[in-house]
Amino acid sequence: MITYTQLRSGAESEAASLPPLLAQAEHLAGTVLLGDHGRRRAGLGDDFWQYRPVQPGDTLRMIDWRRSAKTGAQFVRQREWQVAQSVMLWVDQSPAMSFASARDLPTKADRARLLALAVAILLIRGGERVGLTGTQLPPRRGEGQILRLTEMFLQDEAGDYGTPEARAMLPHARALFVSDFMGDFDAFEAALTKAADRGVRGVCLQVLDPAEESFPFKGRAIFESMGQSVIHETKKADDLRDRYLDRLAERKDRLRTLCRVTGWHHGLHHTGDPAQGALLWLHRALEQRT
Amino acid sequence: MTAGLSFGFATPWVLLALALLPVLWLILRAIPPAPVRRLFPGVVLLLGLKDDDTVTDRTPWWLLVLRMLALAAVIVGLAGPVLNPSDDSAGDSPLLVVMDAGWASAADWEARRTMVSALLEEAARDGRPVALHRLSDPQELRFLPADTWKSRLAGVLPQPWEPDTDAMAQLADAAAGQRFDTIWLSDGLARDGRNALLAALQSAGQVRIVEAGSGVLALAPPVFRDGRVQLSAKRSQSALPRDIVVQAIGLDPGGAERILAALPLRFDALSDSAENALVLPAELRARLSRFEIQGNRSAGAVSLTDDSLRRREVALIAGREDREGLQLLSPLHYLRQALQPSADLLEGTLKDILPANPDVIVLADVAVLSSGEEAAVLDWLDGGGLLLRFAGPRLAASDVSRSAEDPLLPVRLRAGGRSVGGAMSWGQPKSLAPFPADSPFFGLPVPQDVTVSAQVMAQPDPTLADRVIAALSDGTPLVTRKTVGQGQIVLVHVTANAEWSGLPLSGLFVQMLDRLALLSDSSTAQADRMAGTIWQPLRVLDGFGRIEDGQSLPGVPGEDLLAAPPGPDLRPGLYRDGDRLIARNILTEDSTLTSARWPLDVTVEGLRGAVSKDLTGYFLAAALILLALDVLASLAVSGRLWGARAVAGLALAVMLLPATDGARAQETEAHARDVVLAHVLTGDRQVDDTARAGMRGLSEVLYFRTSVEPGPPASVDLERDELAFYPILYWPITPDQPTPSREAYARLNDYLRSGGMILFDTRDADVARFGAASPNGRKLQRLAAGLDIPPLDPLPADHVLTRTFYLLQDFPGRYDSRDVWVEAAPPDAELIEGMPFRNLNDGVTPVVIGGNDWAAAWAMDDRGNSLFPVGRGRSGERQRELAYRFGVNIVMHVLTGNYKSDQVHVPALLDRLGQ
Repeated sequence: MITYTQLRSGAESEAASLPPLLAQAEHLAGTVLLGDHGRRRAGLGDDFWQYRPVQPGDTLRMIDWRRSAKTGAQFVRQREWQVAQSVMLWVDQSPAMSFASARDLPTKADRARLLALAVAILLIRGGERVGLTGTQLPPRRGEGQILRLTEMFLQDEAGDYGTPEARAMLPHARALFVSDFMGDFDAFEAALTKAADRGVRGVCLQVLDPAEESFPFKGRAIFESMGQSVIHETKKADDLRDRYLDRLAERKDRLRTLCRVTGWHHGLHHTGDPAQGALLWLHRALEQRT
Repeated sequence: MTAGLSFGFATPWVLLALALLPVLWLILRAIPPAPVRRLFPGVVLLLGLKDDDTVTDRTPWWLLVLRMLALAAVIVGLAGPVLNPSDDSAGDSPLLVVMDAGWASAADWEARRTMVSALLEEAARDGRPVALHRLSDPQELRFLPADTWKSRLAGVLPQPWEPDTDAMAQLADAAAGQRFDTIWLSDGLARDGRNALLAALQSAGQVRIVEAGSGVLALAPPVFRDGRVQLSAKRSQSALPRDIVVQAIGLDPGGAERILAALPLRFDALSDSAENALVLPAELRARLSRFEIQGNRSAGAVSLTDDSLRRREVALIAGREDREGLQLLSPLHYLRQALQPSADLLEGTLKDILPANPDVIVLADVAVLSSGEEAAVLDWLDGGGLLLRFAGPRLAASDVSRSAEDPLLPVRLRAGGRSVGGAMSWGQPKSLAPFPADSPFFGLPVPQDVTVSAQVMAQPDPTLADRVIAALSDGTPLVTRKTVGQGQIVLVHVTANAEWSGLPLSGLFVQMLDRLALLSDSSTAQADRMAGTIWQPLRVLDGFGRIEDGQSLPGVPGEDLLAAPPGPDLRPGLYRDGDRLIARNILTEDSTLTSARWPLDVTVEGLRGAVSKDLTGYFLAAALILLALDVLASLAVSGRLWGARAVAGLALAVMLLPATDGARAQETEAHARDVVLAHVLTGDRQVDDTARAGMRGLSEVLYFRTSVEPGPPASVDLERDELAFYPILYWPITPDQPTPSREAYARLNDYLRSGGMILFDTRDADVARFGAASPNGRKLQRLAAGLDIPPLDPLPADHVLTRTFYLLQDFPGRYDSRDVWVEAAPPDAELIEGMPFRNLNDGVTPVVIGGNDWAAAWAMDDRGNSLFPVGRGRSGERQRELAYRFGVNIVMHVLTGNYKSDQVHVPALLDRLGQ
């Protein structure tokens, strides 16, 4: 039974960690919102959006007669698109993500959470509904959802490598998977195809540490996964570099192929690079209608 | 003969442990270096990868070798390695160690002492009684335990003379009837009585002779001949050619001893002497104190110099030079003849000669000197000069020193003098009386044919008797002397020519001049002139050729000084008698060095340089170093060597340090090439950046509008940077900038005096007027207190600054205040009719002081955009433009100097020319 003091101190520490992530994400999202006004486009909705000249293919019913009568040309009245999309996020929270090769680099998990939350903020500001895959946090709109997402992102998962949660996907929703995709590839493949089957399109963002790209190791070494479940010992690490890099390239290639087949976008981000570029790319990629 | 390099062990059985090394090899090979544990998520991609090279899990062979070497070094070190273990089989009879211990042994004394020490140690181990005997300083022969001698060994030093025959005979006598073995450390020079002593020692027991292989070197006394210093060195072994360097050592003008010249000498093969000549200016020659063979520490390798190298400067002044052509009657003729070979003669007027500070001034029949000359001569006498006066008709006829003693004469004189033995007088010409014992001439033979027929007479005075140093046979003074300060005045009561006496014609004349220290050549040391003199040692040499004070030693008779061999009573050194100095060196000019020839039945060994040496420490240290290397190597093998970033960073910092210096020098060099505007660093980052940007902006404007093409601006740290390269310094004032140090102020003042200009900017004209009203103004007052700033005036409307390039009446910066101060016009500057401005001052005003924050108005970024707003709208832009124009004017003013202010006169000049 948790005591009041434990609860209180736990809550305090959680609350203490909340604002930085949220603030960072808000800050990051703020850089994108400037000059890019999200959902403002024609579509289904209640509010007037614009008149446009009639184009071939428009039915007569669509002609706004009042407007057309004023000018003589024929116009169609468009309404602002108000149908909100649901965007489902999956951020790999496994221990493998909490790796940083250098002290001044953020861990992969930190970067992944930051990017996901920033995208969530952008989307929610744009009027979309954002939630997590799985059943824990279904998509909702509103600022409150940001807080709930933040809270969810601060929970670490057990296990060594993350597997995507593809259950309870809303049909034709959009999805964002952020991970290092180092785990069981079959699980990714299954999750992605399952999502694609339900008409979900989205983005796979692979977050890697610079050390994972360059493999700067030498000499005799024992490599351990973050959860110490996988161990590999080598006598001469520098000999392994080329073969490791080949395998990494192959893994990326498979992921890219899988994304192309399922109609997803594939992005690669290194924790050594600034987050803003990745956020811009993510935002654009999620905007695109496939 | 010579012992080769040999090696032994104190405890050889420890070496058996070396057999373990191969076992260790196998063990170490099997144990690879410990792996590094790394957390790495990408490990999944590594799974299943095999290492290509299975050998690398073993320790690398070079690491193994390193470790084996370390272990081997430990084992060998523990076995007690000894270099050159002594294995001389020795009897148990007493041991006599004979050392020549003369100057010839001094050069390799350290080796000799080491060898004796080793011998004593050996004898101590064997329990043999030892006697240590120095032939140069013979003592009673006593056999004592070796340890006793060991404690005395440090005090056993070579003597600056050679062992003499008596000492050898004495030892031979003492050896008779005793049984002992002998080791004789000979210096290798042939010497009488040596073989007799050897025979005596051989009859007492076994004899081993030890000699240095390199022979003996010595330096003969320098000889001054043909204007050059002839140096010659001798050696005892003449087989091979050999080069040596002789150093001339003396006092520098500061009084410190240093090497004044170095002269290479070359011994040809089969030649036992080497000669060369050294040309030195007289000033340097006069300062020489000794010559030394470089790198040879012995009394024989040092040759002291004395008066023989000095040529005295003698000024000859005659009162009567009117009888041209009558050479032999010239009062100076005989003096010239006597002095020419050995002294530098100066002739001229007293006024010209005194500044040359001659050693001696000879006044031949000069009666009166002007009072100015007299004072100058007295000054010179105080400094140690010798004034030698000769009498003559003029002196006899004058009234000098009649009633009172003239300061420049030693005695009072009677009027007229006297003549004896002439046609109109009684008596015979007088001859000289023998010289009294306290006379400098004492001991000189008096030739009977020297007679005096006329002389000036001294008045009897209480002091007269003390002042007479030579007299005639009737007791009348012939030469009188008195001292003045450090100098002396000598009056010869006859003429310097043969008119009054035969003295100038005799050899005695030259000898007397010599005794008066007028002469200084090698002939000084001639035996006949040395007779009866006692010479006081001034500085003497010890066996190693070091100079010691000899004042406490007894004097030496002159004859011995020349002829006797050096010994305890006659140490080589510098001797003094009166004003004369004579150096006694080990070698005389004609002595040679001959090596000793020993009978064939004697073993002659070389000096055993290498004695047994315990090497344990070296081996253990080597083992430690190897183990330290092993640590580094192990880290390198396991890839952890570069984990220590601090070390790497430190190394990097160390490497970068000189680079920044170099960059700085390069930058300064660039500043020296171009015109560079500079601003003073205040320590306030923002102000400094603004100032730099301002200088950049002004440089741009200058580049575009004028023919001044400045380089990139410079930031000047007053404490460190050279200011000479910058025509103008912009100095923004902040209240809290540090006050420059004293050195920086000195440099700033130099800068101002040599034509630099400082533009002070208090940057507060928007809120304060000029003066101490604002913090910046007060700070400026404090800063400028140390500067050499002339009186200031508000910039007048006709100042040249208003028209060096643009015509300006305002000098705005970011603020527009009229308070700009420059150097005040001189009081007599007047406004000339028709002139646009006064001739205010010829140069450039060294300071311009204002508060308009010009740098902010000038400031530009890299793309040429203004950094700070000035004023409002179009009028603000106009104000900025005026600020630039002010900047252009001020740089033009500084660069053109008074050219611009002179130019205004051109129309007037042209006008005048036209008319």
